[in-house]
Amino acid sequence: MSDKFLTRRRLLTGAASLVGAGALGAWYRLGSPPSLGEILGSAEHLNRGLQQAMIGREALAREYSPADVSPYFKPNGTQDAGGLPPEYMEDAENGFPEWRLEVGGLVARPTRFTLAEVRALPARSQITRHDCVEGWSVIGGWRGPQLSTILNRVGLLPEARYIVFYCADEFPFYFSGLSSYYESIDLLDAFHPQTILAHEMNGAPLTIAHGAPLRLRVERQLGYKMAKFVHRIEAVARFDDIHGGNGSYWADNGYAWYAGI
Amino acid sequence: MSEDAARKDIEKAQIVPAERPRRVWRYRHALPVRLTHWITAGAILILLMSGLQIFNAHPALYWGDVTDFDNPVFTIDPMTGTNRLLGAEWGNGLTPYDTALPSWMTLPAYRSLPDGRLWHFFFAWVLVGSLALYLAWGLVSRHLQRDIVPRGRDFRNLPASAWQHMRLKFHDAAGRYSSVQKISYAAVLFVVLPLIILTGLTMSPAMNAAWPFLVDLFGGRQSARTIHFICAIALALFAIVHVVMALLSGPINALVGIVTGWRRERIETEDQGERGDER
Repeated sequence: MSDKFLTRRRLLTGAASLVGAGALGAWYRLGSPPSLGEILGSAEHLNRGLQQAMIGREALAREYSPADVSPYFKPNGTQDAGGLPPEYMEDAENGFPEWRLEVGGLVARPTRFTLAEVRALPARSQITRHDCVEGWSVIGGWRGPQLSTILNRVGLLPEARYIVFYCADEFPFYFSGLSSYYESIDLLDAFHPQTILAHEMNGAPLTIAHGAPLRLRVERQLGYKMAKFVHRIEAVARFDDIHGGNGSYWADNGYAWYAGI
Repeated sequence: MSEDAARKDIEKAQIVPAERPRRVWRYRHALPVRLTHWITAGAILILLMSGLQIFNAHPALYWGDVTDFDNPVFTIDPMTGTNRLLGAEWGNGLTPYDTALPSWMTLPAYRSLPDGRLWHFFFAWVLVGSLALYLAWGLVSRHLQRDIVPRGRDFRNLPASAWQHMRLKFHDAAGRYSSVQKISYAAVLFVVLPLIILTGLTMSPAMNAAWPFLVDLFGGRQSARTIHFICAIALALFAIVHVVMALLSGPINALVGIVTGWRRERIETEDQGERGDER
């Protein structure tokens, strides 16, 4: 057979060298072979991509009737003065006169809202199931402005990709002492109709245990995404320069940033 | 196996002196079966152990859509030092510093919910891929239809077949799975594994938005979690019995068979013909 023809052996050898060269190239580019955590973590990207493709932009989390509301809604994370600064607790006792919601970052009109101004925004009410990463679920009712309402007021700049939420509570970091809780979501979830900043739970103002005066609800993800004590919102293009660089307090501590599963 | 091949086996066997039990090498497990067998076995072991790590984060199961913290269907509670199953309660000797399940059962061994989830959600994909590959190949090659799917007679024969297994009478010469094997393999492949995958998906809040019917199908998220756990126990029991049976029926032959595909089997004479379970 002439040299010009592609034999099966040559095809296989060629394909094998291509795959090998690609792997070597990737290895060289990364500088080091991927760690076990990186290999296992690759499933997170697959899960996020697949789930977001499946649920689409607008698919809603199930909403329940008032009769379904759980008699006991288990609070998690910071629940009392233990994780909050004394001046925050004092402000809370007076009805949050000093509290402001600061919205900035990649926005056209950075704005500070008083609690009365947040409460005056058009609000959405929803009764939803809250699923904790630990495995349990409870149902609660929430009321507050949609995040999209606030983002449209301040005008997102085109470079914005993520919305970061800064919280008033401080949590022990596994490796580096105290750090304030923070969380972030992508624009798909930020503009989802059920993504609200709740100031009411089950018809009453939020209690400290549930994040007074304002907490995030991202209904298609697990409970740890629903940041409590939110006082600052920042639109960013990337979050690798914020705190531990993984986009949230829990992601900096080993949990998946995307919590749809 | 075709009739021609079988005849060749018999001819080969006749070279062996007649007084010794006649045994021949037979090719029993095709490459896709062997490959997916081991990938699935590894994935299930990792999923079981990382699943128990996740369970330790909240070691209680409930029925319905939401959690009634005071009324778990099942719990191993280190906080109160009690176990509970369907209302029955007894002490477990654990203190609040203990995990519900010991570290040798969990992956990773140290306590870490995020790392348990990392392992679990990676190897869930490995299991799904391996199962899909096996089922697709099994359908196309007709291995499923021929060797696995139980028929009416397998169900009628189940007690007799189970009795044979309990007396450790295995039919390595028949070249067919026994009724017990067919029914248990089919139950794992067509009931337990699909159920454990679907109930796993039902626990995902994003999947609930995408496929809300799953929550209704299993009677709520907490019920799905409980069914997921029951399926895991069923898989663990199946794996234990499977390994014990393989060891009792001839561990070398079983292992060589599922690694290389070839098994050394007794040849049946014509008068033993169809009586696969007796040898």
